[in-house]
Amino acid sequence: MAELGSARRLPRFGFLLMLLLLPAGSALEEPHHRTNGSATHKKAFPVLDFNYEHVRIPFEISLWILLALFMKLGFHIIPRVSHVVPESCLLIFVGLLVGGIIKAMHDKAPILDTKLFFLYLLPPIILDAGYFLPIRLFTENLGTILVFAVVGTLWNAFFIGGMMFAICQIEVAHLGGVSLLSCLLFGSIVSAVDPVAVLAVFEEIHINELLYILVFGESLLNDAVTVVLYHLFEEFSHAGSVTMGDAFLGVLSFLVVSLGGILAGVVYGIVGAFTSRFTSHSRVIEPLFVFLYSYMAYLSAEVFHLSGIMSLIACGVVMRPYVEANISHKSYTTIKYFLKMWSSVSETLIFIFLGVSTVEGPHNWNWLFVVFTLVLCLVSRVLGVVGLTFIINKFRIVKLTKKDQFIVAYGGLRGAIAFSLGFLLPDDETKHMFLTAIITVIFFTVFVQGMTIRPLVELLAVKRKKESRRSINEEIHTQFLDHLLTGIEDICGHYGHHHWKDKLTRFNENYVKKWLISGERSAEPQLISFYNKLEMKQAMMLVESNSSARLPTFASAASLQNVQPKEAAPRRAIPSISKTREEEIRKILRANLQKTRQRLRSYSRHDLFMDPFEDNMSEVRFRKQQVDMERRMSHYLTVPAKRQETPSVRKVWFEPEHKVHTYDLDDGESPAGLSFRPKPRPPEGVDLVDEDTPQNTNQGTAQPGQEEKLKPSCCLSDPGPNTEEEA
Amino acid sequence: MGTLQSSAGHPLYTELSEKTGFSAEQIAVLHKRFKQLSHNEDILRRQHFDEIPDLSCNPIRSQITEAFFDKRNFSRSNEGKVNEIGFEEFLLVMSHFRPPSQSMTQEQRENVRREKLRFLFNMHDTDNDGTITLEEYRHVVEELLSRSGALEKETAKSIADAAMLEVASISVGHMEPDEFYEGITFEHFLKLLDGFEIESKMSIRFLNVDATTLCK
Repeated sequence: MAELGSARRLPRFGFLLMLLLLPAGSALEEPHHRTNGSATHKKAFPVLDFNYEHVRIPFEISLWILLALFMKLGFHIIPRVSHVVPESCLLIFVGLLVGGIIKAMHDKAPILDTKLFFLYLLPPIILDAGYFLPIRLFTENLGTILVFAVVGTLWNAFFIGGMMFAICQIEVAHLGGVSLLSCLLFGSIVSAVDPVAVLAVFEEIHINELLYILVFGESLLNDAVTVVLYHLFEEFSHAGSVTMGDAFLGVLSFLVVSLGGILAGVVYGIVGAFTSRFTSHSRVIEPLFVFLYSYMAYLSAEVFHLSGIMSLIACGVVMRPYVEANISHKSYTTIKYFLKMWSSVSETLIFIFLGVSTVEGPHNWNWLFVVFTLVLCLVSRVLGVVGLTFIINKFRIVKLTKKDQFIVAYGGLRGAIAFSLGFLLPDDETKHMFLTAIITVIFFTVFVQGMTIRPLVELLAVKRKKESRRSINEEIHTQFLDHLLTGIEDICGHYGHHHWKDKLTRFNENYVKKWLISGERSAEPQLISFYNKLEMKQAMMLVESNSSARLPTFASAASLQNVQPKEAAPRRAIPSISKTREEEIRKILRANLQKTRQRLRSYSRHDLFMDPFEDNMSEVRFRKQQVDMERRMSHYLTVPAKRQETPSVRKVWFEPEHKVHTYDLDDGESPAGLSFRPKPRPPEGVDLVDEDTPQNTNQGTAQPGQEEKLKPSCCLSDPGPNTEEEA
Repeated sequence: MGTLQSSAGHPLYTELSEKTGFSAEQIAVLHKRFKQLSHNEDILRRQHFDEIPDLSCNPIRSQITEAFFDKRNFSRSNEGKVNEIGFEEFLLVMSHFRPPSQSMTQEQRENVRREKLRFLFNMHDTDNDGTITLEEYRHVVEELLSRSGALEKETAKSIADAAMLEVASISVGHMEPDEFYEGITFEHFLKLLDGFEIESKMSIRFLNVDATTLCK
């Protein structure tokens, strides 16, 4: 298990417990002694014993995590504070307090050990971020993000390192002992934007997605640069000199580190997706596959000094679409919640430990060094962003405005990664100085920039996150536009962004999906899966609300019967169907019910509510409500009779229930008779090309529909009857 | 690129540049492409579009091709279809895909948005009656899904129906029992795709169209 730092652990809590239990234990042992009090030296059998050492490590770890969680709870109970101060600041503050307490007791506190950080605390956060990365936005802005991540970080590292070396040359500072390479090493550590800090702050301010993805994407992708630079300069500062060949190797190393990391991630992602294809019989362990494959990807990349973060991201991104198509809805929920939980705990622990380590760690405060580091960090960040944006804007369609640039520059927060990397340095005086400077920079960015970014965002009226209303029209048009733009690019003969994206999508659909997705879902186009998800959402809302009077949101406002042609004269003529036809209808409906059920089973994405398929009663009710909703939705979207070519087909699809109903109404029963049994069959794909179905079901729908509106809850009180019950 | 611009072509290009907003270099490159597609004639016909190999796997190719021959896209007042187009019409259709320049005012941006949405609207509204009816919308969805092979017609229909319902609820809100919703008018269409940022999404970079990529 991870060592929590150095020799003695935090025993305060344990001590208190010990104090409590010891008297209790000894008190219980006394009577035994007295009763047994013969001359034998035999030790009385201990009824209550005390053995703290046995459980010390897991005990203390649990206590720390509990502390972190209590802090999280506490912050949200005091709303005003958490509105002004971002959570990360509060956590560091708590860490400072705890560190102070421990120090006051002259105890050695656990510090943010590098191994603990990189192997246990960082991966959950990155996986959480990578798994839920908005892919579309990310790939659209990939060029910009890469430029910021690679060129920006390089510029920062060299600028800070170089300038700090110049500063060190000043006689006054007494820093002559710091070599250029050490300074460059320092520069590379302190220049990287930290994903944890960025996430912690940006998530609270709800900024628009473009800016979020730019800063966050940069913080993820600059890991490769940081890793390479760090190892480079570390090697060189041992070697003492740099040659051109070394520089070239450095560039090569960068390519290897980044591409290798991505490759490792992709490989694990594909294997993970493939594995998920076969998990249909052991649903319980599905989430574990996702977690373990991702973690293995991270660790494998770290073995070869490749970029673990990029590997983790690549694995999550590659795995996600296929895994989501294969796993059950419960597994999906499990994955989502576990990732959120772990990343939340990790983040909290990181910040607390940062605070504790600050109090703890050996410091070497050098005014000149620290102040200049801080100033240079800010200056180089601003210069870098402005300069790069100038170049980038020549290639972008949506240009970055000055406001955007300001937010990107201001959002360049440093965090625990810088601290941990600094901790890895060999132990000497300069290391302490570097650490002090790094901590100061981290504190400044997290406290000052973190606290002020929210009022600044409001002051500058930066665009906030649009409330995503994910409508089906937007989805249709997004896809339509994709194809349209691809087509136009083909006509122009211009192999642009859309062309390649289209090729990749087609490759994915034709080959990859067949391998990695089980069953019939491998052939499903995205629009349909989107629509089905939406449908499921609506159905679930109905079940949860348990009232059919409230229509689902996207069909709510418009009174449904209005989407209907004028010509529909409500004629009552309801012709009959032959028995064989009816049998046919029932068979098809039953088959479609099976299909629907199968599809519904693998979709739902929403909060953990009772799985409808595990309980018969609710299953029936669920189906009924879904059907009911479907019916009402589709009821009045009838195309005017004169415009259709094949009225019969369409009619049958729309109202299979009504068909059965109208059959029963044959004897001219009043529409009020509608309140009798509904048939729990979803009106899914009934493909009856049936010429002699009544042409007037069109009109028939108009009439019952109006009654439907009046009697919304009619169908929901009784469970669905047997299909055979039909006369 | 220097060899493309002969002194004779200049006045024509400047006139076109004013009309469509393309720069002279872009027009030159597009002219080259036009000649390539039309086999060095002066007019393009529908079969020239069918000869483009990449376009054949595009699910909405017929609609795209039709858009080029739709008079409504040439100027606002025309209607109907033609069977052949010249370079100017080609450019006019292409100009709908120009990205908005950064120096535009809000009003100009709004105009650009309207134009692009108008183009989309015309693509959907195949019978020129000013509204997108349910049937036309269904056709759109079916075309979109046509590439994926075995498709249940009913699913396409239900998607289109749900979409229409959504439009109705957004545009008209609450309706009286005896009103009905005929189809999506242009105003409703605008309202529907309000947050879509179409001026940046519906753009192609004409800037770096390299002559060498045209050799297809």
